[in-house]
Amino acid sequence: MNPLHHDKDIRDDIAWAQINKDILKSLENPRRGYWYTVIGCLVLLAIGITAAVLQYRYGLGMAKNHPHMWNLYIATFIFWIGMSHSGTLLSAILHIVHADWRKPIYRFAEAMTTFSLMTALLFPVIHLGRLWNFYWVIPYIPSRGTWPNFRSPLSWDGFAIMTYLTSSALFLYVGMLPDLAIARDNTSGWRKRLYTILSLGWRGDDRQWRVFRKAYMLMAIFLIPLAVSVHSIVSSDFAMSIMPGWHVTTFPPYFVAGALYSGCAAIITLFILLRYYFRWEEYMTLAILEKICKLTFAIAMVWTYLNLVEFASVWYGHDVYAKEVLWGKMTGAYAPAFWSMMFFGSVLPFTLAFQKLRRHIPAMMVVSILLNVGMWLERWMIVSPTLSQSFYPWAWDVMWPTITSWAIVLGSFGWFGLLFLVFVKIFPSVSMYEVKEMVYHRKLAREKGVAHGAVHGHAGGAQPAHSPSMKKEGNP
Amino acid sequence: MKKTHRILGLFSNFDEATNAIYDIRADKVRGVSVDDVTLISPIEHPEVEEALGDRPVYVQFFTMFGGLFGLIGSWLWISSAQATFLVQPQGGKAVVTLVSNFVLNYEMMILGSVLFTLIGFLAGSRLPSKPGSLYSEKVSLDQIGIILELEQNQVEPAKSLFRAHKALEIREEVNT
Repeated sequence: MNPLHHDKDIRDDIAWAQINKDILKSLENPRRGYWYTVIGCLVLLAIGITAAVLQYRYGLGMAKNHPHMWNLYIATFIFWIGMSHSGTLLSAILHIVHADWRKPIYRFAEAMTTFSLMTALLFPVIHLGRLWNFYWVIPYIPSRGTWPNFRSPLSWDGFAIMTYLTSSALFLYVGMLPDLAIARDNTSGWRKRLYTILSLGWRGDDRQWRVFRKAYMLMAIFLIPLAVSVHSIVSSDFAMSIMPGWHVTTFPPYFVAGALYSGCAAIITLFILLRYYFRWEEYMTLAILEKICKLTFAIAMVWTYLNLVEFASVWYGHDVYAKEVLWGKMTGAYAPAFWSMMFFGSVLPFTLAFQKLRRHIPAMMVVSILLNVGMWLERWMIVSPTLSQSFYPWAWDVMWPTITSWAIVLGSFGWFGLLFLVFVKIFPSVSMYEVKEMVYHRKLAREKGVAHGAVHGHAGGAQPAHSPSMKKEGNP
Repeated sequence: MKKTHRILGLFSNFDEATNAIYDIRADKVRGVSVDDVTLISPIEHPEVEEALGDRPVYVQFFTMFGGLFGLIGSWLWISSAQATFLVQPQGGKAVVTLVSNFVLNYEMMILGSVLFTLIGFLAGSRLPSKPGSLYSEKVSLDQIGIILELEQNQVEPAKSLFRAHKALEIREEVNT
């Protein structure tokens, strides 16, 4: 069968019991690649922890003996905050508009949000150097006269990120309750005990479903402005300053678009990995991958536009300092990073415009990783060039991170990967009850369509049961 | 008379379960009304819930209270903290800053809304609790259950009604 002709998000003839069986099997029986990835993440984490210990032993000079040694850490902090955006935000938006193709993929995307935030939160601590004094920024009774400055976007960050982390984790948990009950009813041993506690005694009665429906919708509605506010506030860390290259009006939407972009690219990467690890070809179908790719392409174009707006406003604004920084990005020491960012962020996404490529899994794996390389470079290009040409000439320097800094950043990828992989091994990362709903409603629509077609003498837009698209994907 | 009996009927599809509920609404089992019915299902199914009639949900009031509590509470907390601890270091500048506090209050309004929505959800769905002895694990697989609260003399007619709608299994529980 030509895969280009397979347009259904999911087969509508999968039995509900089979859905339970397939998804719960993933908890026990992943492919060997899963374990290789776990080992890879453990190695990265060990490298990161070693570097962090060395940095605390010998001081922040390990990151570079320079006042701007924190640039890599803060660029990576923004990267992880950005990565967190697409999961919960897209899940909430798609839930509100009843886009049901989100159902097989939203769970892991929301988990990605939670774990990205947990990774991002490491970096404000790491970049301080003296992490044991981190509690000074918490608004406790100021016995040392260290009451935090509420006017600073840095304290807004604290409020926004903690709110987002709490809300995203709760949204993930509430959405998972019915599946935890399914897992409780179909597992044994420690898993059964764990799911029994976490499912809170859910039994799926009509009262619970009604309350669930409304509560989940309300949470989704609040999460959308929250997600937008979080990255806007992170952008305020820069935009509220008067530093050239940072004092830009379009920074909040630029940050939000960049965040959505990197999050969508990460969803593609994780989609492909989970589909492979757990043999989820029936649930994570090429049709759904195509939809995510199209969404990513649209967001890439928004991001490109906002870049052009920023360049134009700086260019025509005639602020000599801002113009100098922009010109320095394009032609100076950071030019290779700048042009790589532009290539990966604005040119490479055009591969997503071709259907054959969107359905080519190895190609999409490579493209999605490179898109995120571009998004990481974007954050690096936000932070570093401005610092290298700041108002203090004595601090002018082209900052290339040290091996210690890179090791800590690599360690953060190991930390994120490990959290994510442990999550998908313990919890069902495809929503079983919602996939059942999806299958049920698709089947109902097809049957209605067939009935309509029988009355009016045409197919009525739905696939009849014997259509080739009803066959199992991947089967000849 | 006290309703001491509970029966669970398991059905293989929503149509049979819905028709059974409509028959109960039509008073096919004398003295049993739709208020005695609890539907348990593997997926949320608004169309079947319609057969049960309007059963109000109050979670939105929790959300509204949480939002207001977050907004007003954080305003009071942050402003009083600033007024108490920041007067000296401010050196004549405004102690309570409206614009920056607005950002914080906005975040706290959302946090309050989400937390109280969760509380409303738990309270409204009566969680945490035990699923109950009549709960069947088959519901989490692919079957639909109807639980009826009955008097002793209503048990047999109710079972007959379930059988008429092709119930796969019927269980009974007696509360003494």
